[in-house]
Amino acid sequence: MTTAAKPLARRHAEEHEDPRQYLMHDPLPRGQMNDMAMEAMHETNPIFWIVTAILAAIVVFSLGYEWYILIMQGQGTAGVLRPDYWGVFLVNTVFWIGISHAGTFISAILRVLKIESRRPFTRAAELMTTFGLVQAGLSIFMHLGRVWLVYWMFPIPNERRIWPDFHSPLMWDLMAITTYLLCSTMYLFLPLIPDLAMARDRTAGGWLKQFYKILALGFRGTEGEWKNLTTAMNIFAFAIIPVMFSVHTIVSWDFAMASRPGWSSTVFGPYFVIGALHSGMAAVAIVLFLLRSTMKHYKYFIRAEQLNTIGTLMLLVSMAWAYFYFNDYLVPWYGGDVWDKLVQEYTEKGPLAYLWYTMLIVNIAVPWATLWNRKWRETPWLLAIVGFLINVGMYLERYIIIPVGVTINRMPFTWRQYEPRIEIPMTIGTFALFLLLYMLASRIIPLIPVWEVQEGQEAHLIRKVGKAEVSTLSDLE
Amino acid sequence: MATELERSGVTNQIEEGPVGVWGMVIDQDLCTGCQACVAACSMENNVPIVGEEDANYGRYMHWIRIERLWESTEYPEVKMTSFQPMLCQQCHNAPCEPVCPVYASVHSLSEDLNLQVYNRCVGTRYCGNNCPYQVRAFNWLDYNDERVHPELVTLHNQMNPDVTVRRRGVMEKCTFCIQRIHKAEDKAKSEGREIREGEFTTACAQACPANAITFGRLDDPESQINQMAAANPSRAYHSLEEVRTLPRITYLTGGV
Repeated sequence: MTTAAKPLARRHAEEHEDPRQYLMHDPLPRGQMNDMAMEAMHETNPIFWIVTAILAAIVVFSLGYEWYILIMQGQGTAGVLRPDYWGVFLVNTVFWIGISHAGTFISAILRVLKIESRRPFTRAAELMTTFGLVQAGLSIFMHLGRVWLVYWMFPIPNERRIWPDFHSPLMWDLMAITTYLLCSTMYLFLPLIPDLAMARDRTAGGWLKQFYKILALGFRGTEGEWKNLTTAMNIFAFAIIPVMFSVHTIVSWDFAMASRPGWSSTVFGPYFVIGALHSGMAAVAIVLFLLRSTMKHYKYFIRAEQLNTIGTLMLLVSMAWAYFYFNDYLVPWYGGDVWDKLVQEYTEKGPLAYLWYTMLIVNIAVPWATLWNRKWRETPWLLAIVGFLINVGMYLERYIIIPVGVTINRMPFTWRQYEPRIEIPMTIGTFALFLLLYMLASRIIPLIPVWEVQEGQEAHLIRKVGKAEVSTLSDLE
Repeated sequence: MATELERSGVTNQIEEGPVGVWGMVIDQDLCTGCQACVAACSMENNVPIVGEEDANYGRYMHWIRIERLWESTEYPEVKMTSFQPMLCQQCHNAPCEPVCPVYASVHSLSEDLNLQVYNRCVGTRYCGNNCPYQVRAFNWLDYNDERVHPELVTLHNQMNPDVTVRRRGVMEKCTFCIQRIHKAEDKAKSEGREIREGEFTTACAQACPANAITFGRLDDPESQINQMAAANPSRAYHSLEEVRTLPRITYLTGGV
């Protein structure tokens, strides 16, 4: 059964466009594509290993040595002080959870809505979720004054008969992040099974063969296996979307539930979700650019249409973010609370006002000025630069909410400026660990869901209807 | 299903109710800003000395501080507010309590005070963030450990043996000198009587040369602090009343 699909581009452009520019209309034989994915995994150059070694050294220094100092000497080695009890570590937590959002969002929403250009980059995005959450979790541990007692926050039956206090937003946060980590890992794993089986069949021996063999769960590609897998993936794709929305809403409640001026805001939930998507989409753009320019054969998989999809989403999310930011700004301003007003005045006119202006420029002005143009959206380096700037902006946004915002509280006697100390190398460490995990993963698992691309290519056909060439999509379900 | 503890007759309930509900009245018009209460509190409660640099940065750990702010800096109407000793208000409805994930910030049943359980604290510092009075002090470093900070721990025999020495990574705060409350309670119990008004007082109130701080029972309408508050209705106020924390400290000001 075939149905006519929506045209992939505007009508007037159709006559001049070559349909083969779209991945779905540019099929390759299965075996060749599998080989391409395997080759991209195996072929490395010295630069790759040099970068890996540098990243590993940074991780050992900042997450090993510096963290040791932090634990052994105390939080005083960080920049936290009396009004700013929370500092950059929680900025990092919120930032990394934000990054981890886009992965699942892109993959699940686009899968549910059947957007065809998603097929080659769902996994690259999902990996970001898992590795981003690792950084978020580590950042929470860095933040704790006595991290060696962190298990007191877990609901473990114990002889002290003390249960964690579920009134605390931090407990909701812990539960939400744990749920999200488990769900997103499973959601990453399910579509990975056919590709692991493919890699297993194309690996001669050694530990990698064993690794694939165990993880592929004996997948052979029978009709029944595919049916079960598709059902499971559908369930997860639908179920993980509300989980994703809840997680960042709950992260925002860490702040919104507190009675501090500037934080106690009802719009924080949706505002944080959109903020997370804003930084996450931008991070996907950077990742796509990096994969495209460093991995062999990936120029075949990641094309202008994929960049266009991401660029469009970035523009949309940027507009939504601007609305929510305006809302978060307007309501306290209109409310006229004296403390809220002081917080706003401090962020706009205080010594750190330049952060606020930079944030507005890179989060709103830059994407709006560049991403409206399809040619520019499809330029990989331009998209990556815009993505980088948006991420800088979103980091600044969290920085303004946490250490800058809490400088102003109801006791003017305590107002003091926060400055990060040991947080700086440790923040660099989380970024290095994220990149390191991603680079190592790119050597072990195919970052392109090969089977998903093949499935899409089989379903798409160019048919001649009269004189016109029409793109058709056979109904897979 | 009953646990072993429950079978043996131990329950979660503390049978004795609060012996007294304690409160304070601070007369800002009497306060001279001499900081004697700050010194006395630090000595009584083993509050660490953090050193000049850290104190300047904002890591002073005093449980009580004297606040004074500029009201106007424009000549000739240069004006300052009157001195305000700021310490934990022992809120009836404390914002620091529900946010702690490990029940380290709790309302004690037997004293009806807002207490910090040091050895249960994991250092999330949420309570400090949520305290509208900013009176919770975090142990940023091991300030009280002379092996780590020999330059800060100079008075070796000065520590109060009745009070814990806190280590790094835990939050601490004013306890209304709970060790003195307990001593008085024990003495009254052994003599088989109620605690008398004025039998004991907190370190800050004891040290105040101007008698600006008065400590006493809130639950006794005849007590000195209740009478002081009742006698000066126009001067009495609670700090940040609009936050609805129901503080136990009444400030008196504006009568001069």
